[in-house]
Amino acid sequence: MTTTVASFKIDYHQFLDPEGKLLNPEQSPAIARDTRELTELYRLMSLVRSFDKKAVALQRTGKLGTYASCLGHEAAHIAIGSAMRPEDCLAPMYREYGAQMYRGVKMSEILLYWGGDERGNHFQHAPKHDFAWCVPIATQCLHAAGAALAFKLRGEPRVAVGVVGDGGSSKGDFLEAINAASAFDLPLVLVIVNNQWAISVPRSKQNKAQTLAQKALGGGLPGIQVDGNDIVACRWAMEKAIERARSGKGASVIEMLTYRLSDHTTADDARRYRPAAEVEEAWSREPLKRLRQYLTAEGAWDDIKEQQMQDECAKKVEAAVEEYLNTPPQPLAAMFSYLFKTLPHDLAAQKRRALEELQ
Amino acid sequence: MAEITLLEAVTMALARAMEEDPAVLVLGEDVGINGGVFRATVGLQERFGEQRVIDTPLAEVMIAGLSVGLAAQGMKPVAEAQFMGFIYPMIDHIVCHAARLRHRTRGRMSCPMVLRAPFGGGIHAPEHHSESTEAMFAHIPGIRVVIPSSPARAYGLLLAAIRDPDPVVFLEPKRIYRWQKEEVDDNGEELPLDVCYVVRDGSDVTLVTWGASIKETLEAADQLAAEGISAEVIDVATIKPLDTETILESVAKTGRCVIVHEAARTGGMGGEIAAALADAGLWSLHAPVKRVTGYDTVMPLYKMEMKYMPGTKRVLNAVREVMEVS
Repeated sequence: MTTTVASFKIDYHQFLDPEGKLLNPEQSPAIARDTRELTELYRLMSLVRSFDKKAVALQRTGKLGTYASCLGHEAAHIAIGSAMRPEDCLAPMYREYGAQMYRGVKMSEILLYWGGDERGNHFQHAPKHDFAWCVPIATQCLHAAGAALAFKLRGEPRVAVGVVGDGGSSKGDFLEAINAASAFDLPLVLVIVNNQWAISVPRSKQNKAQTLAQKALGGGLPGIQVDGNDIVACRWAMEKAIERARSGKGASVIEMLTYRLSDHTTADDARRYRPAAEVEEAWSREPLKRLRQYLTAEGAWDDIKEQQMQDECAKKVEAAVEEYLNTPPQPLAAMFSYLFKTLPHDLAAQKRRALEELQ
Repeated sequence: MAEITLLEAVTMALARAMEEDPAVLVLGEDVGINGGVFRATVGLQERFGEQRVIDTPLAEVMIAGLSVGLAAQGMKPVAEAQFMGFIYPMIDHIVCHAARLRHRTRGRMSCPMVLRAPFGGGIHAPEHHSESTEAMFAHIPGIRVVIPSSPARAYGLLLAAIRDPDPVVFLEPKRIYRWQKEEVDDNGEELPLDVCYVVRDGSDVTLVTWGASIKETLEAADQLAAEGISAEVIDVATIKPLDTETILESVAKTGRCVIVHEAARTGGMGGEIAAALADAGLWSLHAPVKRVTGYDTVMPLYKMEMKYMPGTKRVLNAVREVMEVS
């Protein structure tokens, strides 16, 4: 005898199509009609894109170290950041500037970090409990799960959000975070920002699963897929998942389908491994254009506003670059000062010697 | 005051820490109703509940990663790796995150977690259950590595490790979990996490050791005393940061040093101690510094494990070698 003991389906959600047309307006979420909020999000998406372009230029002119561009991810990232409350906890990987900037991370801090200065992680104006950039792939998923466990144990109505890529979804850390969230009913949202490329390895080579969202189901969590270039879909999915987590109904996984329009980092040359035609096609689906078209059609945006905003973005980015470039270097002692709350005697001796020899 | 084993001292310290600080919680495989495979957490779940003594799914990376997340958000997790041989999947989180969260964020975050693991051989266990790879952790900036070798030190050092605002790897020598009983007062007094302990005074040679090798080293010291050789024995206790001062002071007095550890020789902490002596104690030395260690082989399965670990005879041989040099 054979019976089917489990079966699954994964839903894909899109509200704004690539031309900025609202599909099925009657069934759209509230955010789709909130053109004021969408305008604010569009402004931030534009600022992030402007910042990103400048950061790449700084690297090309020797003023910044290796930098991981976020080009094309703006809708996904800003949906993540804007759906969270300040008391929630973000565990990003290393290119979610949109989410971080929404939460108060300064552009000059992002530049400091990629400019080789740990003070970029200090987050002067962002929530102090947000995790820093996390380079070891997918490890942040478990930190988010640990944060969620802390919130749950203390009975705090807070949610942790971990962000991972399509490559990172292949790692055990991601799957163990799903498992932990399921076992402990954690207030956690895991977001896979699937940009189709893990440096040079395409999504199709990570595994043969039809979706990455379905990995959630194997661990007992719900998973959905959304158009990651559609801010309405991303924000709707985030709000729903966060509300579910906050109200004690448990964790979930959202796969946001987007495209990495840039190289992996400034140290990478994507022309080596992916066809120009694919990138060109991806540009037709990018997130800013469709939102601008939608807002224009709704009468909330026009060319004059666009021009004014672009000028403002350029000014804000220039100011951030100035602040970054004018930040005095850290003192040598900083290398030793933050490993432990109290400097152990062995490090104190090394510090003394370093100060004698190197200052 | 009760006479207790090193294992019971671990349990007593855990209970004390949980009693005094609601942020302290224990997590790991089988730590709950089972009380841990060695019974180090026995009775804790009954006393403090499933919210604070958490049986995790069987996933070491998860235990380490959750602990980093918990610690970063104001909890004080005491995670257990069931055996040191299963600690390797956890290293990514310990090295890349626990050890550098404070540093990475310029003090904005910290990671006050303890990773406990029984370590070392000698209990006739299967493969991967007898590792002594403490030096790997000692090499990593940003963590303390602590190894108690008596019930009193297990109690005081574990309390200090849990209260410490930074991550501590706490390795428990399981071969001597139940070896000696000692009176330990449950008074909440911690011991410093940066000193070595002179556990036996002597004047002719300094024997430096840690973990379960304390047993053979003390036995050797007894035999040497019968032969008229006075051996001072130091239990390193905290191998990182290393208290070289206490070792140098002792060697300044004895002029001879033998280092005993169960871990493989190359890259072991014995080399670090010998280097400290070469650097700052050379003129006190009457003889070369000798190391009695595990071999640079894989820890053998249990039929041969006692031949791998430094026995009393090998310690005596090394001492006799250094005593011959005048």
